[in-house]
Amino acid sequence: MAGEKPPLLAPSLTLPRSQGKEGWGWPAPQLVRSLRRLVRTHAFRLAALYFLVFALSVLGILLLVYWTSANFVERQTEATLDAEITGLAEQYAQRGLSGLIQIVAARSAGESGGAAVYLVTDPEGKPLVGNIAAWPGGVPIRNGWLSFGLERNIGGHLETRPALGRLLAIRGGYRLLVGRDISDAATFRSQVRSALLWGGLIVLCVGLLGGTVMSRNMLRRVEQVNRTSERVITGNLSDRVPVQGTGDEFDQLAANLNRMLEQIERLMTAMREVTDDVAHDLKTPLSRLRARLERALAEPAADPSQNEAIRAAIDEADRLLATFNALLSIAELESGTLRDQTERLDLSEITRSAAELYEPVAEERGFALTIATEPGVQIRGDRHLLSQAIANLIDNALKYAGGGEIAVRAFRRDGRAVLEVADHGPGIPQADREAVFDRFFRLERSRTTPGNGLGLSLVRAIVRRHDGTVVLEDNAPGLRARLEFTAV
Amino acid sequence: MKILVVEDDRETAAYLAKGLDESGYTVDCANDGREGLFLASSTEYNAIILDRMLPSMDGLAVVGALRAAEIRTPALILSALGSVDDRVKGLRAGGDDYLVKPFAFSELLARVEALLRRGTGPATETRLRVADLELDLLTRTVRRHGKSIEVLPREFRLLEYLMRNAGHVITRTMLLEHVWDYHFDPQTNVIDVHVSRLRQKIDKGFDRPLLHTVRGAGYCLRAAES
Repeated sequence: MAGEKPPLLAPSLTLPRSQGKEGWGWPAPQLVRSLRRLVRTHAFRLAALYFLVFALSVLGILLLVYWTSANFVERQTEATLDAEITGLAEQYAQRGLSGLIQIVAARSAGESGGAAVYLVTDPEGKPLVGNIAAWPGGVPIRNGWLSFGLERNIGGHLETRPALGRLLAIRGGYRLLVGRDISDAATFRSQVRSALLWGGLIVLCVGLLGGTVMSRNMLRRVEQVNRTSERVITGNLSDRVPVQGTGDEFDQLAANLNRMLEQIERLMTAMREVTDDVAHDLKTPLSRLRARLERALAEPAADPSQNEAIRAAIDEADRLLATFNALLSIAELESGTLRDQTERLDLSEITRSAAELYEPVAEERGFALTIATEPGVQIRGDRHLLSQAIANLIDNALKYAGGGEIAVRAFRRDGRAVLEVADHGPGIPQADREAVFDRFFRLERSRTTPGNGLGLSLVRAIVRRHDGTVVLEDNAPGLRARLEFTAV
Repeated sequence: MKILVVEDDRETAAYLAKGLDESGYTVDCANDGREGLFLASSTEYNAIILDRMLPSMDGLAVVGALRAAEIRTPALILSALGSVDDRVKGLRAGGDDYLVKPFAFSELLARVEALLRRGTGPATETRLRVADLELDLLTRTVRRHGKSIEVLPREFRLLEYLMRNAGHVITRTMLLEHVWDYHFDPQTNVIDVHVSRLRQKIDKGFDRPLLHTVRGAGYCLRAAES
């Protein structure tokens, strides 16, 4: 059937495979990502360092315990053998060879097939008395000591066990060997080793678990501080770091941060109030001034030049007002919150619309205004403010470039929405490209051009309010202003 | 035509009253929010001009209270605060227009007149006509003296706004707000150039100009010397 209808079979084969792939596919990157994030945190590194110190000290203690306890049984055997050989040497000194043989025979008899080994040999190496048949072919470990394999009958069959022997050379070529089966010591040693190994493993596991819990705990509280800070940065000035009431360092940190935030909020509110008060208290007299001038203009003038003077005064008042309004807008943008009014916007459309407003005036002044926008350059923001920023940039180009092409572009690049206004004017020297954003800063050569030195400050305030960046670059020749925002 | 002025600064209030009186309106003045609310709700006015910052009750609250009481008298809010944010708040509270202080009286007058006209003309019209100039909203075409005139989409909207307000002074700011929906003041005379381009198209070659510049105020589209 598979051969007859391959097209029908194909999807049924691929479907479960792709499902399986997805099933395995999605958690892995997530896990890797969260692990990578954990490893990067300070809390994790601190916990890891503590864990390392902890593991090293545990290892040290375990090694010490092992070394002392594992050798304890061996040293006890050595002491026993030493005592026995000393005793036998004394017997030999008192009762001679025959006496020694008697005692060895007696002790061997009580130890048939046991753990103790006795042997006396003559100068030819032939055994005289003892419970083993021949001198064992072991390895001398140090002077008077021998390590050898002992054949013992355990439960009906022969087994070779590790043994330790002490030997004594007797006058005339005779030799005495006293030995002990040390397999108990070896067993004890391996038991100690495995006990320590398991103990160490458990300790390491507990340490690792504790470290993780500790670092995650610490991380959680640092995370809280981080999240609050982010919310404050994005405009929610009344947010506070949660205090848990434990009075620990984190609580103290939270309390201090909260005090700081309160102060900032108070300052911001005060600044807003001052701005509002200044706006009201300066604008009311300005309104009266302008009104009086207008009224004076309506009266029949004795001298025609009087009206010209009044018109000039009104113009001056309007310029003063424009400067004043720009300053207030900048102050408001820098202190206020705009977030609640943002909407999804098409930057290309806004750019096109602002550029089209300027197109006729540009043409009249001998510029070629070109507009190039990519479709679908979306950002979040305030349409009016962004339009004003673009208008200010084009305004600047018209004022300072003198002629030539003004290229306005909007496009996407690496997930950013980019807006450029480029001219072929004299540009701005590298050294002044930051300073031109400062309030009232004007280049020496532009002092004679009308303007208040606030246009670019306002642009920067608007761009910052949108979490964007603004840079001025060399357009070789000319100036290129580039605004960048997060594309959505 | 009766207009209520709610303004705490007596000099500004007197100036407004005098100017409006000279323009042929009957003016009542209130010096604080409560008095303004009382007058606005007990007397019938054609329009209200009110300051945003007022003693006892602020301008937005007054407008809010009036709208809650189903009193739909058109309201122009005057404010020292000029940011987009404040403007939006003012209009959201129920204001019909928003003017930032200080202002030229001609600007205020043009806006008040626009408010008074609001809702009077038939909104369902598909064809606007001023003298021999015709604008068809359905076919998006412009003709003068039967001769077709090519206009760009933005020029069409500009002309439409001027024709809807024919015979009245329209300021540059009003054009910027209504035709472009921009609430800031461009430092360059962008509007003048747009208007003069439109004028080139509709007036050039005809002996009677329709689109006039009103010195110190703005523009006016009107049939003849009236």
